This record gives sequence, structure tokens and C-alpha cells, in this order.
Amino acid sequence: MQVYLPIAELPVDMLVILCMGAAVGFISGMFGVGGGFLMTPLLIFVGIPPAIAVATEAAQIAASSMTGSIAYWRRKALDVKLGCVLLAGGLLGTVLGVLFFNAMRRIGQLETVITLSYVMLLGGLGALMLVESLRAVVLASTGQRRAFRKGGKHGWYEHLPWKMHFHRSKLYISIIPILALASFIGFAGAVLGIGGGFILVPALIYVFRVPTAVVVGTSLFQILFTMIAATMLHATTNHSVDIVLAVLLIVGGVFGAQFGARAGANLRGEYFRLLLAVLVFGVGLRFAVDLFTRPPDVYGATETETFR
Amino acid sequence: MKGCALKLLAAAAGLLAAGAGRSETLMTSLSSDHIAITSNFTGADLALFGAVERDPASGPRAINYDVVVTVRGPRGAVTVREKKRIGPFWINADQRKYIAIPSFIEVLANRPLDEIASASLRAELHFGAEMLVPAQAAKDRLVDEAEPDFRVALIRLRTRQHLFREVVPGVQFFDPKLFRAVVHVPGIVPLGPYDVDVALLADGALLARSTQRFIVTKSGVEATLAAAARERPILYGLSTASLAVLIGWLATVIFRRD
Repeated sequence: MQVYLPIAELPVDMLVILCMGAAVGFISGMFGVGGGFLMTPLLIFVGIPPAIAVATEAAQIAASSMTGSIAYWRRKALDVKLGCVLLAGGLLGTVLGVLFFNAMRRIGQLETVITLSYVMLLGGLGALMLVESLRAVVLASTGQRRAFRKGGKHGWYEHLPWKMHFHRSKLYISIIPILALASFIGFAGAVLGIGGGFILVPALIYVFRVPTAVVVGTSLFQILFTMIAATMLHATTNHSVDIVLAVLLIVGGVFGAQFGARAGANLRGEYFRLLLAVLVFGVGLRFAVDLFTRPPDVYGATETETFR
Repeated sequence: MKGCALKLLAAAAGLLAAGAGRSETLMTSLSSDHIAITSNFTGADLALFGAVERDPASGPRAINYDVVVTVRGPRGAVTVREKKRIGPFWINADQRKYIAIPSFIEVLANRPLDEIASASLRAELHFGAEMLVPAQAAKDRLVDEAEPDFRVALIRLRTRQHLFREVVPGVQFFDPKLFRAVVHVPGIVPLGPYDVDVALLADGALLARSTQRFIVTKSGVEATLAAAARERPILYGLSTASLAVLIGWLATVIFRRD
């Protein structure tokens, strides 16, 4: 069944969009990632203009992270204090990101920036996660247990001022590196149409050693508010949020997310991380193919302005 | 008074003589001048009817008429980029910008264009997509050898998107002097004013032209939403965000197990 998108100005198959929302929602609920890094490329693939895909995806991520946050809140697997610190950094990053997005769109380099960033972010991060989680899986299968947090050893960032206690995360560290991480993610989120969960989750686990149990809920909480802000900023500055597309994606997504969250709860830590790594690396690889192989048509045309 | 009328007659005769063979009048009619895009819009068809009237004073002529219909969408600037291998990467290396390119071109004719008119006449009358996408003037060099590749690529890309089409036979004569054509507007069509240019030819010469217009606009809910996004962005953004959060919350209520 076809439905016309008022902002994207093209008709799409409603069922295709709903199914895409459900599939990505399942993954999103399972891993506590917004799923934007999968959905935005998929939307671009089915022909939605990149600017509209990125802006609309922000609204979808807001909805799916709302569902997720509540679920984790009920399980008490959410560190509100850490989430609020992350949020402060995230909002700053989002504002900068939307400004950068609009500037790139003006000079016509938005698509190049998006592809290149996806390759670097997803490829690099995916590879790192893959190596780490494979090692963890091997260690777990041979019966060894790695010390989760090495005593006495601290990174340089732990000596910075503004230290704060995060009881639920069993953490006592400076908020400066956390704010920096969050603003970077907010920036990337606004430019790439991603929530940033797939960066935030591993960063909290590997760098800050936050227990896996609270990471997902906290990440979703931060993403919820950053994406509400991103939706507002995109809507007011570049008018690219398509409400019809957003509602279709959200409805598909919330159903998928419910089943994903249940599947994720039964998954062991090592395998959870390995699966997420494979997923992130896979999407990065897909973009790398675009970058490293000869495209089917070496020419591409972009409409830069229309006289009506 | 009489002298004046005679003068007019003489002038008219002179005009007729100057435009030798211009004894045909072309009348056309489009089934609608407005395409309204609603939520279930996936494209639309417009019927074009045409009639040829021949001045009996110019004597009988056994003619097989040819008709070329050109539909052009709103013009826009298009940047065509060429990817090249630089090191291990395939990245945009070269580009040409084309200004005032129709966003939609549909050419309908009763038989192949090269049989209807010579290459020079086709160029003069802008028959076919190739003739509607003008070459870009070389800026910093005398001869731009790569430019034609970009132009060909642009036409190829737009043809693949079904935004440039040539339909032969797309014009049907159901009487030697009456014809019909169906203008097909696809779902991804750009919004704005469209020109429909109808040219009547015979024996490789232009006899008459006629122009119609139609406009593609959003209507109903689509128009309201698009206007809201543009004119009340804060309200629009707030509604979208609240809707998102509301559905997200509703899902947890619906799916709550306890």
C-alpha cells in the first residue's frame, strides 16, 4: 500500500517502511542502541533523500528509546545521575552537529560526509569491538575469567577534577571525559541520524568500566532526550522532519523493540557484545564497499536548487 | 473605411504568403490543468487531445501529420559528479553544474523523432531530452572535452529514475486530423508548474505549435503538513517529538506483562 510522504515529496510502500521499523526496532530493543545507524542507511537505500532520512530518524530514535528507557527503569537498570551528565554533553554536541549538518548541506557535501563518517566510525569501532568480544568469548569458553576492573590501575582521565560518585554504576570519576564523550556522540548523532548508542554503550563498558547491566538503560535515557532535541532542531532549522515517515517507522519500531528487549534479556554478556560488534562492523563494511569499489555508475546527479 | 479593410486583407495575404504552408491551425486540450497530490498519490495520467484545422483556401494537400509533445517540469540546478579512483578510494573527483535543467521531461511522438525531423530542426525545436539539456559552457578552458560525458550521464541517470522519458508511439491519430496522447506523471514527480508543448509537423517541417500548462501541488493533509513544517516549525517539531514519545510510552503500556 502506497503512501505519499509530504516532506520527502515521494510515495513509499507503507508495509516496507513498517517492516523496516520492526526489524530495526527488534535489534534496537535487544542491544539498547537506537538503531539509527541501521535505519538511516536503509532509508537512504530505499530512496529517501539523506537530509530527510537523518532528520526523521531522530524522531524515531526518540520513540524507541522512550520505550526502552521505561523498560529498563522498571528493572532498575538505569543510572539517572550518569544519564543526566551524559545528556548535558549530548545537548551541546547536538546543537553543534545540527549547525554543521546545515553548513554541509548548503555546500552540497552532506552525502560525502555521511558516507565517510559511517565508514570511519562503524568500521573502526566495529573492528575494535569485534576483537575484544571475540577474545572475551574465547576466554569464557575456556573457563577463564578476566578481571573486570583491574585494581590500582587508572587511566589518565581519572585524575581530572570535578569527580562525582555514580552509585548505581559503581563509579567515582571526573565528569570531564564523560561530557566530552557525550558531546561527541551528540554531534555525530545530529549529523549522521544516529542515536549514538552503538558508540556510547561500548565506550561506557570498555573505557569507563560501567557494569553492562546499567549501561543499556542509561544509554537509552541519554539518547531519548538528545533525540528529542535533535528532532526539534532539525524541524526548526532545515524543515526536513517528515512526520508521516516518522510515525510509520515508530509504529513498526515499537513492536519490534518489545520482542528485541525480551530476546536481549536472555543473552549472555560475551555473546551480546560479539553480536553487536558483528552488526556495527557489518554496516561499516557495507559503506566501505561504496568507498573502495568501483560504483555501478561513476556519475551521480544531485539537484541543488529548484525554481518553482 | 473600405480602403482600410482592403489594406488589412492585403496585409493578411502577405502574412500568409510569408509563412508558406502555415495554413494549419493546431488546437489542443488537456484533461486537467492541476494535479493534486494526496496521501495515496502514486502518479497521475493526463489526456491530451488535439485537432488540426486546415485552411480550405490553401488547397487540398494529402498530408501525414506528425506530432511531438514535450512535457517539461520546473527547472532546477543539477550538479553532476564523477567518481574516480584516488588511492584506494572511489570519491567524487570532478563535477559540472547544469543550471535550468527541467526536473521532468516527457517526450511523446507518433513515430521516432529522427524520422519526424532532421537533426538541425530537432535541435532548433528542442525535441528530445538531449536537446533540452544544454551543454555547459567551459569556464576555465577553451574546450571542455569531458563535459559531454557529464551531460550524457545526467540524461542516463534521470532516465533510470523515470524522470526523463521518451514514448514512441505516444501520440495516436484516430483520424488524419485528430490525435490523442497520454501524459504520465510519476509519483516522485517534482512539484510546480509544467509546460506541455505540442508541435505539428509534416514532411520534416514545422506547421504549428500550441502550449498548455498544468501544475502539480500538494493538497489536503499533505499540503497542511508541509505548510506546518515550513511556517510553524516549532509547533511542528514539538508535535512530532511528542507524538514519538507518546507512542513510545503507549507501547510499554500495551506490552506490559504484569
